[in-house]
Amino acid sequence: MDIIIYGIINSVSLALMAVGFTLVYGVSRLPNFAHGALYILTGYLTWILMNRVGLNYVFSAIIALGLIGLIGAAMYQLVLIRVRGMPISEIIASYAIGLAILEGLRWGGLKGGTFRLPPFVEGSVTVLGVSVDFQRIFVVILGATLMGALWLFVNNTKLGLALKGMAQDERAALTLGIDSDRMAVTATAIGSMLAGAAAIILLPLGSIAVESGYHVLIMAVAVCIVGGLGSWTGAVLAAFIIGFAQILSVVYFGAHYQAVVALLAIVITLICRPSGLFGRQKELEERV
Amino acid sequence: MSSSKGDRRKERIDRGIKVRSDSVYAISSWKEITYLIAPRLVLILGLALAPLVLSAAPYWQRVVSIICVYSLLAMGFDFLANYVGLVSLGGGFYVGIGAYAAALLNTHFGLPPMITIPMATLLGAIICTVLFLPCLPLRGVYFAIVSLMYPLIAARIVEALDIFGGTDGILGVDGFSNVWIEQYFLVLCVLVMVFALRRLVEEDIGLVFRGVKDNDQAVKASGININQYKAFGVFIASALGCLGGACLTHMYMWAGLSQFALDFSIIPIAATVVGGGGTLVGPVLGCLILVPVSELLRDFGSLRIAVYSIVLTGFIVFKSEGIMIYAARKYEQFERWVEI
Repeated sequence: MDIIIYGIINSVSLALMAVGFTLVYGVSRLPNFAHGALYILTGYLTWILMNRVGLNYVFSAIIALGLIGLIGAAMYQLVLIRVRGMPISEIIASYAIGLAILEGLRWGGLKGGTFRLPPFVEGSVTVLGVSVDFQRIFVVILGATLMGALWLFVNNTKLGLALKGMAQDERAALTLGIDSDRMAVTATAIGSMLAGAAAIILLPLGSIAVESGYHVLIMAVAVCIVGGLGSWTGAVLAAFIIGFAQILSVVYFGAHYQAVVALLAIVITLICRPSGLFGRQKELEERV
Repeated sequence: MSSSKGDRRKERIDRGIKVRSDSVYAISSWKEITYLIAPRLVLILGLALAPLVLSAAPYWQRVVSIICVYSLLAMGFDFLANYVGLVSLGGGFYVGIGAYAAALLNTHFGLPPMITIPMATLLGAIICTVLFLPCLPLRGVYFAIVSLMYPLIAARIVEALDIFGGTDGILGVDGFSNVWIEQYFLVLCVLVMVFALRRLVEEDIGLVFRGVKDNDQAVKASGININQYKAFGVFIASALGCLGGACLTHMYMWAGLSQFALDFSIIPIAATVVGGGGTLVGPVLGCLILVPVSELLRDFGSLRIAVYSIVLTGFIVFKSEGIMIYAARKYEQFERWVEI
């Protein structure tokens, strides 16, 4: 029972980490290597707004989300748009921006342990004989809500449909009057906000540390590769596979092997099914 | 650039001396020979004299060695990215493997540095290539992502399993017998590798490499096994990295987790972009600029990496050709405005 409950929690966390990355990649074909940095930055901004400016939790979270959306959009508009279509430059530029943010924060004194976001509600509850704290329950509920909301947004609003159109075929979208640059900026902003939302939901479980920025990036990428880049269903399914595999490895082998599971999952996926579980790319065309 | 746009454009024409010295007739006069040799001689003499000039300041003398280590890594990155088309964000992995291999060979079998370094280079390169084999069919983004994970995971594994000294690393590795041997060995390595690699990419095999980068489907259609060539490319790049790592171990007389660190992944990339990708000399030039800056910033800790990243982003967005390509253009061509 432990395994199932914590497996679900872990899987939803992974899906939360990955959803922003997969959105940006799906729409603008841009691997946003600054994803982990934006995640940590949101946590830090929220902390600053709460403890230095003195706003309450909800307000500071909302303002931090807005700011991170702006930062994401600015990052795309000012830097990444100029290197679009050059894969090597895209990777290096976005990775460099992420590093600048993370290492800048580290230099600015961000160390694990001291910076913490409080849980939404203290305390724990017993679910099916397993004791789970409220925050973890919130993770599952909010995670599911966020995914649901995102699904509705993409399939039912004009903007969402435009993004979806871009993701499916950029040229066709252009002929229908969808401004591809503006959509890409929007997608990066939304992706950054999703990273931020994941941070606000997940960070109360631990402390805000630079290392988790790298961890989030790696996990997001692992989930996206296993699921097939740009595929939503694939990402969610992959999150569940990796999430449960991690929990199982913790239970049966020890906590050290958690990181190895992700790499193994990637390697096995790449060998057996190079385009991922639900990769929309034609086999071997894009990736291999 | 201040002129009104639209009715004028900049025209670039090869200098006469460049054209004359392109072919075998270059040897017809000393002027052409000098034109060809001068830039190469500047690099060779500059690197060869650096340890002598800096011998008054031992700290900066050590920096020369570090520059050489990073240059090896950066050359490997440049070669892999711009000739084979694999962007490897995990330079730290090669360094780490080379460092641990050298340290183990030295402490367990008691081999002297001059034997462990070549052995660690070869052994490390083989290990890296074998570990990267499953990822070789990948292209572009996908390879970059996976290679980014390698050093991080390797460090985790060493830490978790507590092998090879765990978080303490391997202590008590022999140093070089004296500082001059260390310096000139590294300088020699860098110079040999620069010219060897530049020669290699001009050979037939270099043509295949570039084919793999530009259009791997076409190379495949010509009946050439691209994975084999990619594996060979990774072998060369990781050999350079392992060589750097092995030298580093003997320099610091220590191998540890910090050799998988981010510095070894990001500085070579920054140096390549700043120096000029695809030239193979550019990365060395980039290291000559960036590593001393890094030493000056050492007191600021991780601000170094942040500064690098900003420089890197600036260069890639605004001056993506890099110093070396810019300099070569000025050296070989003249520019003028023409009316149209």
